[in-house]
Amino acid sequence: MSAQTDPAQRVAIGISFGNSYSSIAFTSSEGKAEVIANEDGDRQIPSVLSYVEGEELHGGQAKSQLVRNAKNTVAYFRDFLGQDFKSIDPTPAHQSAHPVESESTVAFKIRDSEAEEENAVTVGDITTRHLRRLRSSASDYLGKDVNAAVVTVPTNFSESQKEALKSAAKEAGIEVLQFINEPTAAVLAYDARPDAQLTDKTLVVADLGGTRSDVTVIASRGGIYTMLAAVHDFDVSGSKLDQVLIDYFAKEFIKKHKAAGDPRENERSLAKLKLECESVKKALSIGQSANFSVESLAGGVDFTATINRTRYDLLGNKLFAAFTRLVSHAVEKAELDPLDISEIILAGGNSHTPKVAAAVGAAFPETTAVLAPSTSPTAINPSELAVRGAAIQASLIQEFEAEDIEQSLHPMVTVTPHLSTAVGVLLISGDESNGVFHAIVDAETPLPVRRTATITTPREGGDVLIKLVEGSRHIKVTKPEPKPKAEKADDDSEDESEDEEEEEELREKTWKIGSAVSETALRGIKKGAKVEVQINIANDLSVTALFREIGGKGGVRGQVQGKAS
Amino acid sequence: MANVEINLPLPVLPEGWAGEKDFKPVGSLSKTNDRKIEPVGPHFLAYARRVRHKRTFSEDERIQAQANVKSVEEEDPDDIDEPEDPQMLLREAKDWKSQDHYAVLGITRHRWRATEEQIKRAHRRKVLKHHPDKRAAAGGTEDDQFFKCIQKAHEVLSDPVRRRQFDSVDEAAEVDPPSKKDTQKGNFYKLWGKVFEAEGRFSTKQPVPKLGNAKSTKEEVESFYNFWYNFDSWRSFEYLDEDVPDDGESRDQKRHVERKNNAARKKKKTEDTARLRHLVDDALALDERIKLFRQAEHAEKNKRRFAKEAEQKRLAEEAAKAKEEEARLAKEAEEAEKAQKAEGKKAKEAAKNAAKKNKRVVRGAVKDANYFHGAGDAPASQVDAALNDVDAIIAKIDNTELATLAGKLNSEKDAGKIKEIFKAEDERLGLNSKSLA
Repeated sequence: MSAQTDPAQRVAIGISFGNSYSSIAFTSSEGKAEVIANEDGDRQIPSVLSYVEGEELHGGQAKSQLVRNAKNTVAYFRDFLGQDFKSIDPTPAHQSAHPVESESTVAFKIRDSEAEEENAVTVGDITTRHLRRLRSSASDYLGKDVNAAVVTVPTNFSESQKEALKSAAKEAGIEVLQFINEPTAAVLAYDARPDAQLTDKTLVVADLGGTRSDVTVIASRGGIYTMLAAVHDFDVSGSKLDQVLIDYFAKEFIKKHKAAGDPRENERSLAKLKLECESVKKALSIGQSANFSVESLAGGVDFTATINRTRYDLLGNKLFAAFTRLVSHAVEKAELDPLDISEIILAGGNSHTPKVAAAVGAAFPETTAVLAPSTSPTAINPSELAVRGAAIQASLIQEFEAEDIEQSLHPMVTVTPHLSTAVGVLLISGDESNGVFHAIVDAETPLPVRRTATITTPREGGDVLIKLVEGSRHIKVTKPEPKPKAEKADDDSEDESEDEEEEEELREKTWKIGSAVSETALRGIKKGAKVEVQINIANDLSVTALFREIGGKGGVRGQVQGKAS
Repeated sequence: MANVEINLPLPVLPEGWAGEKDFKPVGSLSKTNDRKIEPVGPHFLAYARRVRHKRTFSEDERIQAQANVKSVEEEDPDDIDEPEDPQMLLREAKDWKSQDHYAVLGITRHRWRATEEQIKRAHRRKVLKHHPDKRAAAGGTEDDQFFKCIQKAHEVLSDPVRRRQFDSVDEAAEVDPPSKKDTQKGNFYKLWGKVFEAEGRFSTKQPVPKLGNAKSTKEEVESFYNFWYNFDSWRSFEYLDEDVPDDGESRDQKRHVERKNNAARKKKKTEDTARLRHLVDDALALDERIKLFRQAEHAEKNKRRFAKEAEQKRLAEEAAKAKEEEARLAKEAEEAEKAQKAEGKKAKEAAKNAAKKNKRVVRGAVKDANYFHGAGDAPASQVDAALNDVDAIIAKIDNTELATLAGKLNSEKDAGKIKEIFKAEDERLGLNSKSLA
């Protein structure tokens, strides 16, 4: 990180820079992330720049120029940044200025000055201009000159792309303190809520964006996040949902006004259609039906139509199913079972669509909570997840020296051993002869780790045996009624997924007891007392454990040597 | 962090289980996967802190806890008891106007810089020490005069308006400007800096610019002196007013005193303004930087002037050179023209001569051809006609054709051939001369 600003002088915000929309947020003095609206009052600012007679339009104003001034309007350029021309997919920019090759980078031929001739503006310059506008909006709002930011990027953003984005930001007067991955930012945004409880969980962040969708599986262990798998799909996206609506309304239009022709064949008509379809899609996330109305859609004919949500759900069914498959695929890729996933965070503007949440939720057991506006009233606006996370991270690190931040990001720090199996204790339950495993430290927990557990003792007290063992998660599939092999309550789940063919099949998450680690005796426990176990696992896998009766004296301390390394 | 609650009971210790100190390691954990954790969130930062400083969980917790404790009861390390002047302790409360309130409260080291908090604490400390009851308990007299002084001092200093009035005339806070001799030892900035700092307390505009040092830029120095020449002071002199009699007996007397006080205040204020102005003048006169800046400016100006002059000289030289060059070119052109003219004249002359000669040849040729009259002497008419025709031909053709014609005729002596030549020429010109028919 290039040190430019004194940490004390820094005013840092979070920036989420997307292909279709960008947003900016800052963390207030109370520690609450607030998304900043730009001059137009937009919190989701379209990542579009348009030039009219040398005047630069930005955001929503620029987006409306897509109809009249498509040639001088640049949109969907984020993914072009830091790439060479051969490796970009220019499809999203089809209805705006087209990308062209320029030396080693991508550029747009636009008339960005009052002069008649076209200038080739590189995507880096466009990004700088875009970020400069975002920065000025944030500065206006805060009344302070913003000079640093944490920027979210997709998980597959390469180093060269980050480098290009960083230098573009520098040109715009923003010091990039850190790049953070969009899904992690989303998790952070949820974990930073004041009422959030810090639990070990495995979650999926499913981001259905404007031009792409990304699904990430993240293990959250004691507030530390590890990405277990990530999948990307550029064919399942919000623009594809728009396309479905475009086709629908175009057909309706042709049905009524045959003479006017197909609006999809005229560039202007198509642009109008696209803009209106996007707003129809947004309206359908809230209302049961939405009006489609475009003046002079094609051949000078005005067109008005209505669509209800059911129709839209049917039209988009293919895409919703594809998205759901993508989510399931990510879980498979992480070598996990849907039962392992405790939360699905839906991110991206299209996650407002209720059907998306419903479709994804149906593919997962009931124990999996889907966090989307339509399923949970406390869900955070999916469009703002990434930027909120970035703003929180920005407030956490803005006082750090640039060098300090860089050192913390070094692989020496970030790469750490993760437990491959869970570590827990053996307990008795019912008629189980071997005992039941209960995890204290879950698998995929980064080391070193320290955990404390409180365990109840037999009713009559006395001497107890505490056996630390490893346990591996096992999905037990039972055809008829389940054996009375009771498990811990919150994991005991019945799942009748829709995509399961055998409906009666019962799947539960159980633990397979692995090798034992240690045995400890605690003697003379009082009646009804509880035992506290504290486990420390160091990087070298050595386990230091402390067992004691709560309120009692003394306790037993023991250490298991790790493998020599 | 993450506390796991387990609601199932632990097994009872089997009979005969034994372990050293009740703990028995049995195995070790299975291998780990190396993964990259996401560098995000408060817990990661805590983790990074632990890793980078090689702290364990409990060490880190302790250090962080210490760092995060908010000191609510901040102890003022400056809370010292200043030694009290025994003379001061004997003061009478009625002379409160002449007392140094800061000294009474024991905060002479702060004076006008003292915060309200400091004044409050100082007052409390003095009250605890000098309360009349305590004096009495210690076997002293019940003399509460100094205690009253303390109360008065607190009364003045805790009221912002009255405190300003007192600060305005607080002589002990004044710093006298150093003499010229003192500043010559190179401690101008140190000595005058203190003076300006002390004077700066009267400024309504805060913060007051600092005098700076020898390395200050010209802008800084200029803005400093500008500030002081436009000084806006809140200093006032009510504190030195003569007591206004408030017995209500003589209104005239009262008004008289008030008028007198007002006049005195105004006068003192004017004097003070003049004093300050004088002080700034003195400082400015002694300030080495001003001289340096002037010199630098002068040097700059000179440099510019020299550059300008050099430029002018160069331009003049260039102009002169250009003029010379122009003149030379003009002259050359003129000469060339003259030469050309002369040449032209000569050529014309030569052409004329050649034409004359050619004509003579042609005419001679006619004669040689016996005026185109076959044999024998030609009659006069024939001669006339032939000569006329030849003249017509000569008149018709130009010099070059004449020259070729003359060339052709020159070598011919045979009359028939000559006639042929003339005939050909005649036909070419289409004259149809009779004499040649």
